[in-house]
Amino acid sequence: MNAALAPPPSAPPPAETPTHYLNANYGFRSWMFTLDHKRIALLYLASITLFFFIGGFYAVMLRLELVTPAGDLMSAENYNKSFTMHGVMMVFFFLIPSIPAVLGNFLIPLMIGARDLAFPRLNLLSWYIYMAGGMLTLYAMVAGGVDTGWTMYTPYSTTYSNSHVMVMAVGIFINGFSSILTGLNFIVTIHKMRAPGLTWFRLPLFVWAHYATSVIQVLGTPVIAITILLVALERGFGFGFFDPKLGGDPILFQHLFWFYSHPAVYIMILPSMGVVSELVTCFSRKKVFGYKFIAMSSVAIAVFGFLVWGHHMFVSGQSIYAGMIFSFLSFLVGIPSAIKVFNWTATMYKGSISYHTPMLYVFGFIGLFTIGGLTGLIVANLGLDVHLHDTYFIVAHFHYIMVGGAVMGYLGGIHFWWPKITGRLYPEGWARFSALVLFVGFNLTFFPQFLVGYLGMPRRYHAYPEEFQVFNVMSSAGASILGLGYLIPMIYLTWSWRYGKLAPPNPWGAKGLEWTTPSPPTTFNFEETPVVTEEAYAYAQEQETEESH
Amino acid sequence: MWTGFPLFPEAASTVAGGVDALYWFVIAISVFFSAGIFAAIFYFALRYSRKSLDEVPKPIHGSLALEITWSVIPFLITMVMFGWGTSLFFRNFHPPEGAMEIFVTGKQWMWKLQHPEGQREINELHVPVGRAVKLTMATEDVIHSFYIPAFRVKKDVVPGIYSSMWFEPTKPGKYHLFCAEYCGNQHSGMIGWVHVLSEPDYEAWLSGAPRGETMAQAGERLFQRLGCFTCHRADSPGRGPVLEGVFGSTVQLENGVKVVADEVYLRESILKPSAKTVAGYRTQMPTFQGQISEEGLMQVIAYIKSIARQERMNTPQ
Repeated sequence: MNAALAPPPSAPPPAETPTHYLNANYGFRSWMFTLDHKRIALLYLASITLFFFIGGFYAVMLRLELVTPAGDLMSAENYNKSFTMHGVMMVFFFLIPSIPAVLGNFLIPLMIGARDLAFPRLNLLSWYIYMAGGMLTLYAMVAGGVDTGWTMYTPYSTTYSNSHVMVMAVGIFINGFSSILTGLNFIVTIHKMRAPGLTWFRLPLFVWAHYATSVIQVLGTPVIAITILLVALERGFGFGFFDPKLGGDPILFQHLFWFYSHPAVYIMILPSMGVVSELVTCFSRKKVFGYKFIAMSSVAIAVFGFLVWGHHMFVSGQSIYAGMIFSFLSFLVGIPSAIKVFNWTATMYKGSISYHTPMLYVFGFIGLFTIGGLTGLIVANLGLDVHLHDTYFIVAHFHYIMVGGAVMGYLGGIHFWWPKITGRLYPEGWARFSALVLFVGFNLTFFPQFLVGYLGMPRRYHAYPEEFQVFNVMSSAGASILGLGYLIPMIYLTWSWRYGKLAPPNPWGAKGLEWTTPSPPTTFNFEETPVVTEEAYAYAQEQETEESH
Repeated sequence: MWTGFPLFPEAASTVAGGVDALYWFVIAISVFFSAGIFAAIFYFALRYSRKSLDEVPKPIHGSLALEITWSVIPFLITMVMFGWGTSLFFRNFHPPEGAMEIFVTGKQWMWKLQHPEGQREINELHVPVGRAVKLTMATEDVIHSFYIPAFRVKKDVVPGIYSSMWFEPTKPGKYHLFCAEYCGNQHSGMIGWVHVLSEPDYEAWLSGAPRGETMAQAGERLFQRLGCFTCHRADSPGRGPVLEGVFGSTVQLENGVKVVADEVYLRESILKPSAKTVAGYRTQMPTFQGQISEEGLMQVIAYIKSIARQERMNTPQ
């Protein structure tokens, strides 16, 4: 690894444009048939952005409807279809693929000194599968929509709903394979393709987080696929799995659904935690505090995350002793998350902290994730969840984790590696401003939902009693600020792709093999395979000499 | 319309105070820890902000002692929360002896309520203050969830089974009743009111409310109409077991297992007679699935219950 500390970005750009992965060849076919993990990452970036804005459009419609207590903007049916599509688009087609498929795809080979993922063709196939699933789901939306909620609880979804459940179910089913294949690809890559000297405990924490995530993707996703298949069989052919009138059990669906969909939350948040680990150490210019604890807590979260699904069912009628065990395990899974937060904070201690945009996202992530995590202790609590289950308190809690946590990490990562991905710098002033707008908008949107949730406002309500209005108006006002916070980066990032200042190979003075490549990297990443002789995040020179013998 | 800025819903049941107390406790701990973390981040960010571009701080690898401390302390604190919350949940779970019974049927998109004395209500429930009320709940279609925020109680009403929950109101007043589980088109219209009345007001309401026959009488009529009496005869053993005195008793099944004949067992035996046949009887009873509504089922069961009560009174002890 480059031993010299990279100077701040002042080096003049080279006069002649060198060949890199973006200009190696041109044309539609060069993208549609590319096997380059970096180009596939960009295909994902474009497609998840599309799905994000579709999901966001529905969020706008929901927040507009909820400004007034009466259901006056749209019909109840359209409201129900809107929150269903918002959930499905955001969960399955944006959040789950977001960091792994874009940043993970782009960075894992670069970070471990490899020329590509283990299975480049499989990687491209994953994207096609993802697009097929996405297009089918979009078709379900255009053809008339689905009104089951993203949770698709039976027997409503199998027997009673008159909407396009089957098409959407097939769309999500297909999409699942993309997730499985991506996870598989990452696991094999991380096991087999690390550069010489890059031992497990020298891996960047981003890679550890993706390893844990991939395990969940490979083990969990088949269960949701099977569940959806059973829903389709019952709905289409009358097999009795879930509807008691056919001899089935509706609670069985909830067990199967949450067996995947709870770990799915960790698919969203673990990669984001990996990003934060990279950023906090870079912008503190200091080795991360408690490397092994952060790495192992990712694994612990992946393992324990599989054992807590029943906390979604405390009032469903499941045995109170089952409830007790699930509650206990849910408290337990909070501990590794707390360990991470403490270690990130301790990393800043006696560091050299700069306030570049990615670091602002780290501050935002830690703040919002802390609130999301601590309110998790409230809803994991049997005595409290009886009151809070299916209220806006839950909505607020999981948005703090999935938007406040996962999306903040995603945007922080996009900004951090933007110079590497595009070879350009974004306008720092705008970026800092939009990070602030996002933070304010997010809190104004979702904090009032904790309050209105404890007051008892149920979720998925098209119309609601008047006393809840003040909180909903705040929430909708916040959402418009939040929306602005997403639009501004869209504009300046797109702008910077063409007009931004040329980026040096290592604009942040960061450690990690990806920063030893040119910005943007060449198609095969490394001229020759790098040899790693030091631990991750060896920012201080004394330390390097100390550990290289 | 400005309706104030309340932070807590009305607390109007015996369990509400306990839930709010635990909520305050967890909030207090959470505020303490978030304040600590935010303060540390602010302090470090200002104190250790980058002074010069080539500044390189000394590396710190970590500290096992610190890692153990900040794992064990949160663990212990969460275990306090877990213990408190679980014991609260367990205590609140079982209804007290002698609770008055109300029967609830959810259907898209209304709540139908029956009082044993025969009063029937839709989306309105009148109960007296200071008495425990036990709800036995069923649904005609999809999953619903019976939720009264002011009482801090909620329970899913799941197709195929009876769900039950209970509460004891402490304050007369009018409280929201919501369906909390998304159930389709008019989910947000599946709401109503719980009226908690003082004892005299409740008596007045009871006598003033239109009432036909009691639930047991309605059940008896169904029992006749569906022809149940041809096999379940009162005087002599027919093709089916005698039902007098059966409710609440322990019956032995064909496979030797003993079960208590409660609401859940009776409901299952009416809809799926072959599932748990009483020992000594061949399964020849037809299923009544689709021929009887959930409300009707509750009435038939109320009738079977009532003849058990009579039986017990007649039996010399």
